[in-house]
Amino acid sequence: MSEKAWQRRLILALLLAPALLWLFALILLPHVQLAVLALRERVAPHVFQPSVDQFKTFFAEPLYWQVFVRTALMSIAATALTLVVAFPIAWVITKVARGRASALLFMVCLIPFWVSETVRALGWLILLRESGVLPAILVKLGLTDVPPELLYHDATILVGLVYTSLLFMVTPLVSSLESLDNSLIEAAYDLGAGGFATLRKIVIPHAAPGITAGCIVVFMLSLGNYLTPNLLGGKNSQWFTELIYTQFIVRFNWEQGAAFGFLLLGLSTAIVALGLRLSGQRFVDVMRRS
Amino acid sequence: MRAVNLSNPPDLSCNSVVKDFAGHRAVNDLSFTVQRGSFFSILGPSGCGKTTLLRMIAGFIEPDSGDIVIGGRSMSGVAPNRRPVNMVFQQLALFPMMSVGENVAFGLARRGVPKAERMSRAAAMLERVGLEGAGSKRVDQLSGGQRQRVAIARSMVLEPTLLLLDEPLGALDLKLREHMKIELKQLQAAFGTTFVYITHDQSEALVLSDHVAVMNQGHFEQVGTPQQLYYEPATAFVAGFVGASNRIFGQLKSLYGDIAELETSDGWKVRARKSGQMAVGAHVEAFVRPEAATLERDASLLPSDQAHYVGKVRALLFDGANSAVLLQEDLTRFEFRVALPQTGRFADLKVGEKIYFSFDPQRATCFCGPGGPHV
Repeated sequence: MSEKAWQRRLILALLLAPALLWLFALILLPHVQLAVLALRERVAPHVFQPSVDQFKTFFAEPLYWQVFVRTALMSIAATALTLVVAFPIAWVITKVARGRASALLFMVCLIPFWVSETVRALGWLILLRESGVLPAILVKLGLTDVPPELLYHDATILVGLVYTSLLFMVTPLVSSLESLDNSLIEAAYDLGAGGFATLRKIVIPHAAPGITAGCIVVFMLSLGNYLTPNLLGGKNSQWFTELIYTQFIVRFNWEQGAAFGFLLLGLSTAIVALGLRLSGQRFVDVMRRS
Repeated sequence: MRAVNLSNPPDLSCNSVVKDFAGHRAVNDLSFTVQRGSFFSILGPSGCGKTTLLRMIAGFIEPDSGDIVIGGRSMSGVAPNRRPVNMVFQQLALFPMMSVGENVAFGLARRGVPKAERMSRAAAMLERVGLEGAGSKRVDQLSGGQRQRVAIARSMVLEPTLLLLDEPLGALDLKLREHMKIELKQLQAAFGTTFVYITHDQSEALVLSDHVAVMNQGHFEQVGTPQQLYYEPATAFVAGFVGASNRIFGQLKSLYGDIAELETSDGWKVRARKSGQMAVGAHVEAFVRPEAATLERDASLLPSDQAHYVGKVRALLFDGANSAVLLQEDLTRFEFRVALPQTGRFADLKVGEKIYFSFDPQRATCFCGPGGPHV
C-alpha cells in the first residue's frame, strides 16, 4: 500500500477515534459488564456461577412482566399521542406560518427544553395536584364540588411523556415537511383530492422517514424515562425503569437489575424493528433522510 | 392555425375580475372569454399578474370581486378539487412517491373509479401521449420531455373543460423546449380541449396559440391572434414586448392621413402608421420591426416612395435565420437594427461599412407618449 493511502487511513482513524472511544467506553464496556452480571448467580459471598436465574425470575414473577408489558404499551401510546399532537404543530410551522412567525413557533417548542426535565415535571405537579391550579379552576367553574386529584393517573403520565418528547417529534417532522414541495399539495388538490386524501397519499408518504425517525426517538425516550413516570405517576406509575432502579439501588441486586436492563434493551429493539417492518422503512434510510 | 368557431359557447369567461395583494393591484378589472377548443395564451413579463390570474381560474385564490365562469357555471365558492379545471404546474409537481401509472390514475382514484378501470384508462392515456408501457416506471426514471407528457396525461385523463398550463416549458433546455412546443400544439389539437397557457416567452405564445392576451400591470393590453399582435400592436407595450423592434422616441411633426412623421431630439425624421389619436407636437414613439427595413449598397435601388437613410455597420449579429445587423444612422448616431435577408445577400458585410436603408411606414407603428416599462 502506498504511503499516501496509509496517511489517509491514519487521518480517518484519528477522526473516528473519539466516536469509537465513546462507543467502546460508554456503551460497549458497560454492556459487557452488565451481560456478565446478568448471567451469573451469587452462591456465597464473593462466589458466583453462571446462571439464567434472573431471567427466570422475571417470567415467574407476574409483577415484573406485567410492568414490562405496561411500560411498552404506555410508551407506544405516548409515541402515538406525540405524533398526533406534533404533526399539526409541524404543519403550521412549515406550511402555514411564514418567515419570522415560523421561526418564532419553533422557538416556542424549544423554550421548555431550556428548563431541566425535573423542574418541568415539578411544574406539572404544581398545576395538577389536589391543591393545585387546575383543580382549583375546575371547582371555580362549578364543574366539581371538591378539587379532584389529577396526579397519579396513567393519563397524567401520558401527558407528561408527550410534553417531554414533543420537540423530538416536531424537529424531524418539520425537516421532512419542509422538503415537501407545496405544488405537490396543490396538484393533489387540483386533481380532485380532498384534505384527507392529500394527507394520506401525498403528505404522509413524503414525511414517512421523518415520522419514523421521530417515533423511534420518542418511543425510546419514553421507554427509558424514569423521572416523568415516577413524579407524575407516583406509586402507581409502575414503570420498568423504576424496577431496574430498585434492583440496583434499593436491593443491591445488581444481577437482577442487569437482567432487567437487557430485557428493556431487547424490548426497545424488537418494537423499533417491528415498527420499521410495519411502515416499510429501512433504519439506515430513516436516519439518513431525517 | 385552426379556425375557431365563434358560435361555440365560451369555456372560460372572466367578468371584471379584481385581485389585490397588500395594496398592490395584481389583477385589475379583467374581462375576457376563451372559446371552446382554442389554445389561449396569456403573455406578460414576470409580475404582470398572469400567475395570479391563472391561480384564480384554478381556484387556489379567490378573486376580490368579479366572477369566473367555466363551462357555463360560476366558480364562485367552488374549491379547486371541485372545478372542471386541471393544471400543469411550472415544476410539473409529479408525485415522486408514486409510479407514473399511479400519477396518471390519481385523479380517477379520487373520483372513485375502480382500480382495474382507472389503471386501464391511465395506460390508454399514457399511450395517447406516446408513453406506452411507462406506467410502472418511477417518475425519476423519465426524461424532462417525458415528465412533461405525464403531467399533461395526468390532467387530461380527467377530461377537464379547461387545462391550465403554468409556464411548463420554463425548466427545459432550449432544444427540448422547441420540441415540446410542437408537441404541445399537436397534443392540444388531438385532444381538442381548451388550453389556457401562461408564459413570459413570446415565442411560445406566438407559436402555440390561437389567441394571445398580452398582460401588463394587471390588465390586458391586447387580445388577438399572434398575427394581429405582431403586425397590428394596439399599444406601445405590445409593440415593444412582442417581437424585436427598433424603438424611436420623438415629437409628432405632421400627419399625412394615417401616416405620422416624427422627429427625434437629434433631428432624425421618420414616418410610421399612427395608432390612436395624436396631435401635432405630442410626444410619440415609433416601433419599426427589423425585418420591415430594406438594405442596399446603392441608394437608388431602395423603394423610391420611402425615406432613405444612410448608416454605418456597428455590429453583425449572426444567428442563422434570425441574423441582423446593427447600424448607426449617420446623422443622429441612432442605433437601428435591420434583419439580414435570408438569401445570404449581405453575408459579406463588414463592420464600419456604409450602407443605405429604408422602411415601409405602413409596417411601422407610432403611439402616443412613452409607454410603460419595456422589456
